[in-house]
Amino acid sequence: MRKSMLIIGLLLSFKTFAATPQELLKQYESQAKQEHSAFAGFSAEKGATFFKTERLHSDGKKVSCATCHTADPRNQGKTRANKVIEPMAPIVNPKRFTDRAKVEKWFGRNCRDVLERACTAQEKGDYVAYMLSIQ
Amino acid sequence: MKNWMQLVLLFTSISATSALLASGGMEEGGRAMPVVSNAKWAAECSSCHMLYHPGLLPERSWRKMMLGLDKHFGENASLDAAMQKEITAFLALNSADKQDNRRAKRINQSIPANSTPLRITETRYFTDKHDEVSANTFKRKSIGSASNCVACHKNAEKGNFSESQIKIPR
Repeated sequence: MRKSMLIIGLLLSFKTFAATPQELLKQYESQAKQEHSAFAGFSAEKGATFFKTERLHSDGKKVSCATCHTADPRNQGKTRANKVIEPMAPIVNPKRFTDRAKVEKWFGRNCRDVLERACTAQEKGDYVAYMLSIQ
Repeated sequence: MKNWMQLVLLFTSISATSALLASGGMEEGGRAMPVVSNAKWAAECSSCHMLYHPGLLPERSWRKMMLGLDKHFGENASLDAAMQKEITAFLALNSADKQDNRRAKRINQSIPANSTPLRITETRYFTDKHDEVSANTFKRKSIGSASNCVACHKNAEKGNFSESQIKIPR
C-alpha cells in the first residue's frame, strides 16, 4: 500500500517536469489567452519567421535564434563558445520540448539574449508549433 | 677515474629526474588537478562552453561570477536560486585558493590580492604559460579562442593540463 502511494507520488512529481510538446502548447495557450483575449491560436509560419528574423542587438551585432541554431532546426547548432547544440526539431531530436523546466530555462535566457526582453506566450507557442511542423 | 665516476653519477641522476618529470611524479604541476564532481555543476556549466575545473580560479572570482550570471560574458546564463547556491558552494570548496594542487596554487599566486578576475585567460599564470602561442593560433577555426582549453589540452575538463598531453590542432 505504502509502496503504491510512493509510486503514485513519484509519478505525480515527475509529471510536473516531464511533458509532451502538446501539453506544453496547451499551457502556452492558456497563458496566451490571458495575455490577449483575442488569441487566435498558434502559427507555425509565424514561428518560422520569429526563428529566422534578425534584429540589431544593443551590442551592435545582428542576432536571431538561427544565429546559434542555424537556419535549419534539423541541424546541430553551435554556441558562441564553440559547443554543439543538439537539433531543435523533435523529428530529429525527440527529447526537445519534453521537459517544461528546461524549455522555460532556455526561453528565459535566449529571449533576453536575442530580443533583450522576455518572450510572450504567443511567441513561445508559435516557436514550438514551428518546431513540431518540421518534417 | 674519479671524474669518470662523477660523470656516470651525473648521467644517472639526470635520466632519473627526466623519467620522473615525464611520469609527472616529481613535478606536481604536471599532474592533473584533483577529480571533482557535482552533477549540477557538470550539467549546467557545460551546456554552452567546456567545463572549467574549479581549481582554475580563486573563490572570490567564482562568487563574483555566480552573482552575475544574467550577464555572463555577454550571455544570459541565469539559474534558479537553489541551483545557483549549490554550484557556488561547490566551486568555492574546490577553488584555486582551497587546493593543494600545485598548478591551482600557482594560478592563485599569480593573481594580485586586490583583483578578482573572471577570465582565466587574464591571469598572469595563463599569459605566462601561453606566451609562445600567437593570437592567430588561438583564432584558428579548430581552436576558436584561448578560452577553449580542450582544443589543445584534451583532458582539460578533468583538470589535466600536463605538457605531455598538449596537441595544438592545425
